[in-house]
Amino acid sequence: MIIELKDVDYIYNPGTPFEKKALDKINLQVEEGEFIGLIGHTGSGKSTLVQHLNGLMKPTKGSIIIDGEDLSSKDTKMKSVRQKVGLVFQYPEHQLFEETIYKDIAFGPKNLGLSDEEVDKRVRDAMELVGLEFEELKERSPFELSGGQKRRVAIAGVIAMKPKVLILDEPTAGLDPKGRDDILDEIRKIYDKENITIILVSHSMEDIARLVNRIFVMHKGKVALDGPTREVFSKTDELEEMGLGVPQITKFMKAFKGRGNKVKDDVLTIEEAKEEILNYLRSKKDA
Amino acid sequence: MIEKNNNIMIDIQNVSYEYSSYIDESIQLAVKDLSLQIERGEFFVVLGHNGSGKSTLAKMINGLILPSKGDVLVNGMNTRDEDKIWDIRSTAGMVFQNPDNQIVATIVEEDVAFGPENLGVPPAEIRKRVDDALEVVEMTDYKSHAPHLLSGGQKQRVAIAGILAMEPDCIIFDEPTAMLDPSGRLEVMETIKKLNEEKNKTIILITHYMDEAVEADRVMVLNEGEAVMLGTPKEIFKQVEKLKSLGLDVPQVTELVYELNKEGYNIKDDILSVEELVDTL
Repeated sequence: MIIELKDVDYIYNPGTPFEKKALDKINLQVEEGEFIGLIGHTGSGKSTLVQHLNGLMKPTKGSIIIDGEDLSSKDTKMKSVRQKVGLVFQYPEHQLFEETIYKDIAFGPKNLGLSDEEVDKRVRDAMELVGLEFEELKERSPFELSGGQKRRVAIAGVIAMKPKVLILDEPTAGLDPKGRDDILDEIRKIYDKENITIILVSHSMEDIARLVNRIFVMHKGKVALDGPTREVFSKTDELEEMGLGVPQITKFMKAFKGRGNKVKDDVLTIEEAKEEILNYLRSKKDA
Repeated sequence: MIEKNNNIMIDIQNVSYEYSSYIDESIQLAVKDLSLQIERGEFFVVLGHNGSGKSTLAKMINGLILPSKGDVLVNGMNTRDEDKIWDIRSTAGMVFQNPDNQIVATIVEEDVAFGPENLGVPPAEIRKRVDDALEVVEMTDYKSHAPHLLSGGQKQRVAIAGILAMEPDCIIFDEPTAMLDPSGRLEVMETIKKLNEEKNKTIILITHYMDEAVEADRVMVLNEGEAVMLGTPKEIFKQVEKLKSLGLDVPQVTELVYELNKEGYNIKDDILSVEELVDTL
């Protein structure tokens, strides 16, 4: 088990009129190598939860264990926790600051005290993983790049720390459809190639459906749903009540089945829907 | 002498916009010889990948930047006419992506009053405009709240009310839902549709969300500063392959129909919604 939360509470501004319980008795377990989608509307506690996972925030109550280390223990070194859990914030390109792309990505590994050879290797590997051409781009300023490419540099900077867990908060926000697909493909590639656990925070149900194996749904500071992607997206009504939704294609299959047509309604992608509808059309023709 | 057509809200005549590249200072064209007319009361959507010239176009309509070549007329007024610039900006208001960058005051109703105050509107009239604008965006209950404590969708609606209080005929929205969650997006889209249908405002919406574009009267696709597609949502979205080659997307149900037709079926190819497809199949 790589992440375990036991009865975690977090209260903002305790003892003031603005007191707000942002996390309410959270119990979660994540196994190594899982690809998790974290969804919930704004204010549901998603970001608060994510910031607890690398020790940026401390729980008011309860305990958090990351890769066997209890974050509340005095012996736990936060530096090692933050190296294990890499967090890519929303609009991470705002955090780029170095003169060259190489230096920006090398900043984290250098601070780990690694040798120059190791830093160099990590920068090369990270750039390759996110699809940035090393020789062409290493000496360029990150600020000359397009939005999608800047974001890749920021992700590469986190990957270069070789985290065991990678958390991405809305990695496609503000990108156009092509930029969004490219970034999601890179994330998929990182997941397939590296021995890594990924938590993807997103408002796009289509993106979540395409990538993750398991979904956590946050609602009013609690984990309202936790299960395999297909199972969670079969609960359209519950999700809609929480201000969320399901992918349009899932919604369509459900509505189509609702008309009395014999089809599976737990599809997640266009490819799955295509297969299901083709079978349906063929069987209708044969009948 | 250009003849004034009362039905045309925005008239873009052979407009180009040049800028010099950051990298090698070469001259680039963000918008290339674009001509377009948007009618009064129209709901017009602009699509295109990042860097296609969408925002440059929006800023030219509101007179924030002037075309390098050609003319932009807003309700018959040329944006080159310095004497008209304030009339132009109060005719064509603009709402941006990030609500946090658009809110100036510490109380919702004061924020909404900021625009009309600057136009020199008398106080009694300001009071009325602020109340009306908050009513339209359904934020009356929050009028004495602090904007920073509101949700993203609510903040964006306050920003819209601030523009409404200047009583523009036309509102340009530059990716107004890009930073919002699904329920915030829905709130803002409902507000935009209401402004168009009930208040008869001309709407120009720049977006990356195809489900928002399907609501429009007409859609224009920009690529490298040129209008490569222009038509009703049905005419545009059935061209699945072309849109994908331009780095854009189509609604999932439209793509499903496209995939089925590739297998030899002959389903109506201009389906945009779940309901339409359920009825058709």
